[in-house]
Amino acid sequence: MSLEDSDPMPEPAILATRYVLAHAPDFVRYGSKPTREVEADPALLDQLAASLRPWDEVVSYPPNQVFIGNLTPDDLAATERPWYEHRVTDASADGQFGRIVTQAALYGLMKLSDDFDMLTITDSVAEQARHDLPRFEHRLDRIVGVTPDELTSVMADNDGLPLYFDGEVAGFMRRVHEQDASLDPHVLFENLACKATAVLAVADLLNDGEVTPADIDYLLNTGEEAVGDRYQRGGGSLSKAVGEVVGCVNATGSDIKAFCSAPVHALITAGAMVAAGLYRYVLVLGGGSQAKMGMKFRAHLRNEVPVMEDCLAGMAFLVGPDNGDGMRLRLDLTGKHPIGAGSSTQAVYQALVVDPLERAGLQMTDIDRYAVEMHNPEITEPGGSGDVPRTNYRTLAAMAVMRGEIAREDMDDFTASRGMPGFAPTQGHIPAGVPYLGHAHRAMRAGEVDRAMIVAKGSLFLGRMTQLVDGVSFVIEHAAGPQDSE
Amino acid sequence: MDLDDQANVNRLAEESEGEMIVILGQPDPNSTALFAETVTRGDPTWAGPLAGVPLGLPVYHVLEPEIKESMDPELYQEHVGLMELSADVDEIIKWVKYYREGGE
Amino acid sequence: MDLNGKQVVAIGEREGVNGPSLRLLAEAAGAIVKFSVTQCFV
Repeated sequence: MSLEDSDPMPEPAILATRYVLAHAPDFVRYGSKPTREVEADPALLDQLAASLRPWDEVVSYPPNQVFIGNLTPDDLAATERPWYEHRVTDASADGQFGRIVTQAALYGLMKLSDDFDMLTITDSVAEQARHDLPRFEHRLDRIVGVTPDELTSVMADNDGLPLYFDGEVAGFMRRVHEQDASLDPHVLFENLACKATAVLAVADLLNDGEVTPADIDYLLNTGEEAVGDRYQRGGGSLSKAVGEVVGCVNATGSDIKAFCSAPVHALITAGAMVAAGLYRYVLVLGGGSQAKMGMKFRAHLRNEVPVMEDCLAGMAFLVGPDNGDGMRLRLDLTGKHPIGAGSSTQAVYQALVVDPLERAGLQMTDIDRYAVEMHNPEITEPGGSGDVPRTNYRTLAAMAVMRGEIAREDMDDFTASRGMPGFAPTQGHIPAGVPYLGHAHRAMRAGEVDRAMIVAKGSLFLGRMTQLVDGVSFVIEHAAGPQDSE
Repeated sequence: MDLDDQANVNRLAEESEGEMIVILGQPDPNSTALFAETVTRGDPTWAGPLAGVPLGLPVYHVLEPEIKESMDPELYQEHVGLMELSADVDEIIKWVKYYREGGE
Repeated sequence: MDLNGKQVVAIGEREGVNGPSLRLLAEAAGAIVKFSVTQCFV
C-alpha cells in the first residue's frame, strides 16, 4: 500500500468486493416455509425435490452468472426470459468477483466452521467437500466425515436434525441443549450455514491480495441470523466467529442489525470508522439466510417453474483508505430515513435519494446508476410479489418527473439506463443494493460509470416492534474522481 | 398473503356481515391480482386460512377513481401521488375489477 | 364511493402504498379501519 499510516483524515473507499453462492438443494426442505408446509402435507416433499435444479442449471442460470461477475446486469437485461430456459453456454462457476460452490463444499465449510462438534457428515460428503473447495486453505483438516454406520449410531444416540445429500441422509445436526429453543438444532443449522457462506466470501476476498487477514482491524456482520442462547437471542457477533476462521487475528467485530438495510448501514459505518482514523481496514460481511430458502416454492410448483430459492449467498466488502483504484464512499452524500419523515413511499425516497443529492447541489440525473432492492424477478413474480427492482426504478423515475428533472415520457429511458434487472437471490440483506458493488467497481474502472447510488430499505414492521420502515443510501464514485464533478 | 393476516381478514369478514370493503395498495398488477384473488375467491397458494374460502369481499385498489375521489386530495397526493405516476394504473385496475366483479 | 362510516380492511405494501398510509387516507375520509397491514414478500 502506498498510503502512509499517519494519513490524518483518510478518504474511505470500498476497495474490494466478493460474492458467493452455495448451491444447496437439500437445504431447501429446511427453509422456514417448506419446513412448515411439508409438515402439514408430507407429499409436498417429493414435488419439491422434483422441481429443484441440478448443479449445471444453477451455474448456467443467467442471474447467478451476473451475481458472480461473469455477466453484467446489462447482459441480463438483453437476455430473453424466462432466464432459467435461456442458460449461459459454457458457464463457469468462477466469476470476476464471486464463485458458486457445490452443496458438498457448503457442508465442508459448515464442518470447518463448527467449533462445538454439532455437525456430523459422512466420509463421502467430506471427501467431495475437500475436492470442491479449491483456493480455500483454512482449517481443511477439520473436514472429517464418518462412515454411514457411525452416522446411524450418532443419530440413534442423539436428538437432532437429519441432513440430506441427493435426498439421502448424509449428515446430522445434534441437539446441544434440551430446552433452549434458541439453540434448537434447526436454529444452529441456520446459523452455521450463515457462518459458512460468510467465511467463504471473506476468505475469497482476502485471497484477492488487496490486504492480508492480519491487516483487518474490524469486522461488521450484516446477516439476518440471530446468534445467541435463550437469555440473549440475537446476541450476535457472527462477525468475530467468521474472522476467527479466516485468520483475522488483529480484528474484533460486531453485527449491524437493520433487516435488509444492514449492509448499507454497515458500509457507511465502516467508511466513517476509516475516515475517523479509528480503524484502517474494516470488512463488511454477510452470510446466507437459510430460513428464506424455498420461501416461494408453492408458487413455483403451482406455476411449474423450478424452485429457484436453492442457493445460499454470501458477500464481503473491504473498506479502507482510498488507494486510487477503489470506489470512494461519499460520506457527505449518505441518505437516511429519519423516524419523523413519515413512511409514505414519497417521504422515503425524498429522504433516501433526493435529500442527500440536494445537499450537494446534485440532481437525480447526476447519478449514473442506482442500485435498489436487486431481487431476481423470476423468483418473486410467480408468487405475486411483482418485479421489485422494476417497481423501485419506476418510483425513482416518477420522483424525477415530479421534480421536473425528466419528462414523463422519459421514465422508461430513465429506468433502463440508470436501473438494471434484479439478479440477486431473495435472501433479505443480500439483494439490498450491494450486489451491484462488484459491477460498479468494474464499470468505474472501465470509465463507464462515474457515480452510483446504493439504496436499501428494511421492513422493520415485520418484527412487530414498530410500524416503521427503514432505509439508508450512499453514493460511490471512482477513486480517480468523476470527470464532471471538478 | 401472510397467514395471520388471512385469519384476521376472515374473522373480520364474518363479523362485518357483508358491510366491509378491502382497499389495496400494491404497486403492480401481479401483486394486486394475488391479493384481490385472496379476498374474493380464496388463497390461490392454498397455504392459508383463506384457501378454498371465497369471501367475495368488495375489493378496490387505492388507484381506482372511485376511491381517489373519496379521499382528501392533499393527503392523496402525498401518499399515493408518486405511485399514480410510476405504476401501471390501467393494468392494476383491470385486475382488481376482474376479481371484484367475479369475471372469467 | 362514500367511505364515510364504511368498514375497511387496508392491505398495503412497502413498495406501493403501505398499511399506515392507507389507514390514514381511509380514516380521513371517515372510514372505520378494522385492520391495516403492510405486506413484504422479500
